[in-house]
Amino acid sequence: MDLELSDDQVALRDGIASMLGGRFDIARIRAGFDRAMWDELGAAGVFSLGADGFGWADRVVVFEQLGVACVPGPLVAGSLANGLVDGIVGGIDRPSPGERAFVEHLDALDHVVVLDDDGVWALDARAITGDLSPWPLDPLTPVTRVAALGSGERIGDAALAHAWVRHGAALTAAIALGLAQRCTDLAVEYAATREQFDRPIGSFQAIKHLLADMLVRTELARAAVYAAGAHLDDPDLPGLDRAVAGAKVLAGEAAIANGKSATQVFGGMGFTWEVDVHLYLKRAWVLDTHFGSCDHWSDSPALVTP
Amino acid sequence: MELRYSDAEEEFRAELRTWLVATLPSLPPEPPREAWVERRRWDTDWQRRLFEAGYAGLAWPSEYGGRGASPTEQLVFLEETTRARAPYVGVNFVGTLHAGPTLIAEGTDEQKSAHLPRILRGDEVWCQGFSEPGAGSDLASLRTRAERDGDHYVLNGQKIWCSFGQIADFGEFLVRTDPDAAKHRGISWLILPMDAPGIEVRPLRTVLGSSEFSEVFLTDVRVPVSNRVGAENDGWRVTNVTLSFERGTAFVSELVDTLRLIEDLAPLVTDAGHRRELGRCTAEFDGLWALTKRSVSQAARHGAPGTAGMVTKLAYSEARQRFGELCLRVLDRDALAIDGNELVEERLRTLALTIAAGASQIQRNIISERVLGLPREPR
Repeated sequence: MDLELSDDQVALRDGIASMLGGRFDIARIRAGFDRAMWDELGAAGVFSLGADGFGWADRVVVFEQLGVACVPGPLVAGSLANGLVDGIVGGIDRPSPGERAFVEHLDALDHVVVLDDDGVWALDARAITGDLSPWPLDPLTPVTRVAALGSGERIGDAALAHAWVRHGAALTAAIALGLAQRCTDLAVEYAATREQFDRPIGSFQAIKHLLADMLVRTELARAAVYAAGAHLDDPDLPGLDRAVAGAKVLAGEAAIANGKSATQVFGGMGFTWEVDVHLYLKRAWVLDTHFGSCDHWSDSPALVTP
Repeated sequence: MELRYSDAEEEFRAELRTWLVATLPSLPPEPPREAWVERRRWDTDWQRRLFEAGYAGLAWPSEYGGRGASPTEQLVFLEETTRARAPYVGVNFVGTLHAGPTLIAEGTDEQKSAHLPRILRGDEVWCQGFSEPGAGSDLASLRTRAERDGDHYVLNGQKIWCSFGQIADFGEFLVRTDPDAAKHRGISWLILPMDAPGIEVRPLRTVLGSSEFSEVFLTDVRVPVSNRVGAENDGWRVTNVTLSFERGTAFVSELVDTLRLIEDLAPLVTDAGHRRELGRCTAEFDGLWALTKRSVSQAARHGAPGTAGMVTKLAYSEARQRFGELCLRVLDRDALAIDGNELVEERLRTLALTIAAGASQIQRNIISERVLGLPREPR
């Protein structure tokens, strides 16, 4: 039993963090997702970790760092569909039948992968049309309102769709964990330097306690996400679905709550476009809609015996 | 990262299970909660059985009669004994988990040989005299005086929140030996024989109606200087040394118990809102269990639990209170009588968790200063 990072995982984490820090500074992140970003992430091996022999525990460690850097784009879909679907792949998990669907990053995509109860479907992105929202919730996650997705090629059965929901939830939770971590770091850094009443605001208990709670949520989410990764690497152990569900709930909540707390610590500046915190909070809201929300999993039989 | 335990750890678990299955049915019935003399006998009888089976002082080094177990074995032991509903550490708490480890780290050879074997065998029960009516969160402001008189200290003052004070043989007491020094620098750590003249123990009644805590009044109590552990005025450091022995396992029993209570509550839930909250509680306690495993992994790897260990107490105590509140709401009017219903008692018992052993507000101060590096509170 060991839920601490191995030396190899520390090296993997530091390697990806250093790559992201060097090439994806916040100015580039703010410019949004594009093909160059996809290619660079692909060249760094972000999407092919599974094919390259890395386990799920390794993959969540890498995806946590994508969250820390606030990297936009269809990262999870790209990872799940790697090797099965060509080009830039976005995804929709479990669309409600008959309803109008939002597709994220549609203009940048080659394919859209749809997961439903019958299986996994690959659609040609260029055949999908709709109205691009002029004002998406997350400015780095453009959304297109699509009347009908149309049908595509079935590339996997219901079992694959089920597995992808599980894998997608774990990777999404890992990104959310990274968002929660970065919000904590940004807020701590600001609280240590911003002065009011002739003192750093981080010396006031009202602020310190907000920050301490952010750390607690992050550490709890990290334990849950790493445990989910370790469960996925050892699927014969009981409790896999429960571990993934718990990770999605705790990391999703931590990202949203820490985004809110960081906004509060930044005060008026936290309500500006200039400060990065809103990008993290908005991404956290977007990710909550992927692969089952916190509420969805809290209600699910994975977490409450019916 | 790896969830499975090693073959040696699984062997340890299997042996322990076999022993528990053979031993637990032969235990006498548990005495009533407030029958302290009988409770002492029952708890120390359990300690004696642990000792004879080689499970006493699991984390203690073998040279002091312990097993020298790894942090992971410690976790497995607590997990299995709690699952099997074995007796809780009870009146042996202070001796085996706090005073004993302090003596191991800081005691003289005489102090060690006088107390450690007796604590392990369940022959000796200890209580703690740290808090005072005027020294709670600000423990270092304690005022109980110990004045030197030849080869004795003479103690005067009042202590509060002494667990099992009414049936303890010895107490670990923090006293002020230098009233002129800075408050952290004038404190000494003493072994107090609880039968010394001048000690009066008055049980406190908690919100549960229980009386495991006492107030202790000290009037001209004479204690040999040889009962001091560590140097004079070095007691603050001595008491902080102790914490390193739990190695991330401090809440294992509590978490295993809570996960059982969650299963007990689940069939009673009919409301969709309650159900969602219970799912969230499950996620939270599974997360805390993973966090504990991470702390234990860090302790095994680096010698001490890291950041994960620092946040567990705060996260656990707050989460457990939320669960207690949910229990009352699910039970609705069935919660109006305690009558042995664990799920009702839960709400009252958990009120203490965010106060005892470092209130949540103090925990947040400590986390923000020691982990996040924010400016210190005035001390």
